[in-house]
Amino acid sequence: MNLHEESRPLVVVGAGPAGLCAAMEAAGAGLPPLVLDEGSQGGGQLVKQIHRFFGSREHGAGKRGFEIAVELVSGCLEGGAEIRLGHRVLGFFRDGRLLVDGGEGVFLLRPGATILATGAVERSFPFPGWTLPGVMGAGAAQTLVNLHGVLPGKRALMVGAGNVGLIVAYQLLQAGMEVAGVIEVSRRVGGYLVHAERLRREGVPLFLRHRVVAAEGGKEVESVLVEDMETGALKRFLVDTLCLAVGMAPQAELAAMRGCRLVHVPELGGFLPWHDREMRTDHPGVYVAGDLAGVEEASVAMDEGRLAGLAAARDAGVLDPGKAAARMREIGARLELLRGGPFGEPRRRAKERLCSLPGSARGREDGDRVRRKGRLKKR
Amino acid sequence: MRVRGHPVLGEPPRGREVTIYLDGRPLSAREGEPVAAALFASGIRIAHYTGSGEPRGPFCMIGRCTECRMLLEGRGMVLTCLTPVEEGMRLRTPGGGKA
Repeated sequence: MNLHEESRPLVVVGAGPAGLCAAMEAAGAGLPPLVLDEGSQGGGQLVKQIHRFFGSREHGAGKRGFEIAVELVSGCLEGGAEIRLGHRVLGFFRDGRLLVDGGEGVFLLRPGATILATGAVERSFPFPGWTLPGVMGAGAAQTLVNLHGVLPGKRALMVGAGNVGLIVAYQLLQAGMEVAGVIEVSRRVGGYLVHAERLRREGVPLFLRHRVVAAEGGKEVESVLVEDMETGALKRFLVDTLCLAVGMAPQAELAAMRGCRLVHVPELGGFLPWHDREMRTDHPGVYVAGDLAGVEEASVAMDEGRLAGLAAARDAGVLDPGKAAARMREIGARLELLRGGPFGEPRRRAKERLCSLPGSARGREDGDRVRRKGRLKKR
Repeated sequence: MRVRGHPVLGEPPRGREVTIYLDGRPLSAREGEPVAAALFASGIRIAHYTGSGEPRGPFCMIGRCTECRMLLEGRGMVLTCLTPVEEGMRLRTPGGGKA
């Protein structure tokens, strides 16, 4: 079969915060990128974030996610990047070519360098009734209310008291849904207390040490059975929507197809492509950034994207290594700050461990051992 | 149901009101919004039935889980969370008895 084929100096897969920042940085350095995204809007998951961001000016602190998304997209376009939306990358072959579905047929891209910024996908877990309509990812409910202005149901129960669960529960209230409660298996709230406090003020109860037993209903969710793990007592919540905020997993399929070495890092969401501090994988010309390189926050994704864009431009010979190094140091220092504090510390240590695994042939053997054992060896 | 008077977003900009058809039944939708969102707005959460007759509905809303798939006349099976509404489009619920 003869498919149309295009050559590009740099292709970025994913127009979320990581991909857009990578593209902007590379474009600024003289390596014009083509950015592909399967969605109909650039900005990735930022487009549904309506809370104000923490962090520093470089991370858009004080702004809402969807405002940052608009800025990043226009920054990319002004910088000379081309963004093609509605384009789904189906394959990343061992010869480095990408197979792309542009909606009206597939074609091939031959990139000089490729930055993968494919993000993460919400996790689920099995329980009786978990496939009933009305059970959905917390992020899916957030997409519906904040981006599309549509309610997923009338009354919801949230599973998971991490930041996603707490923030989305509050945003469901803002959109006009009832929230029956937030349940959490652990003994403590995983997210920032400021988010938990807001829910308490709205009268939404938080049930620690509680777990889902079953989602019940004929054709859709009508109620959810929950167990108090301390006493064994059962509670039935009359809700039509059950939102799961139980973590995210890096979308590593394309990296795996290309043959990039994958490492299992529980603190960062599971299997992800090995990379060094400059976001280079074990395959020359293939870079990663954002949640694909470890599930963290949008601010981290932006800075990792910038690192990947700089590394790609320098390795392609269009950016002076000294200039690249100076800018990378500045970004690296910011990342250290972002990963400070009790929430960031485990991620900082995990990233440190990951990056210090050598990327050489010997490193590859290490990687195989790591893969067989199923998790990254603690040092 | 649609969100009304959001405290942060206000009244979101919406596309032109159009009619789409689900299993032959007319439904109001907004041009350009994902088909899955239009169906949620009408309280419809079942996208298809599995071979063993179990109902399934959208889970991820970003094109990954494939649970929102439906038959779109003239196009075949589509992910309704990524497919924008167009005037007059005809959808069918696979496995729903009418497909």
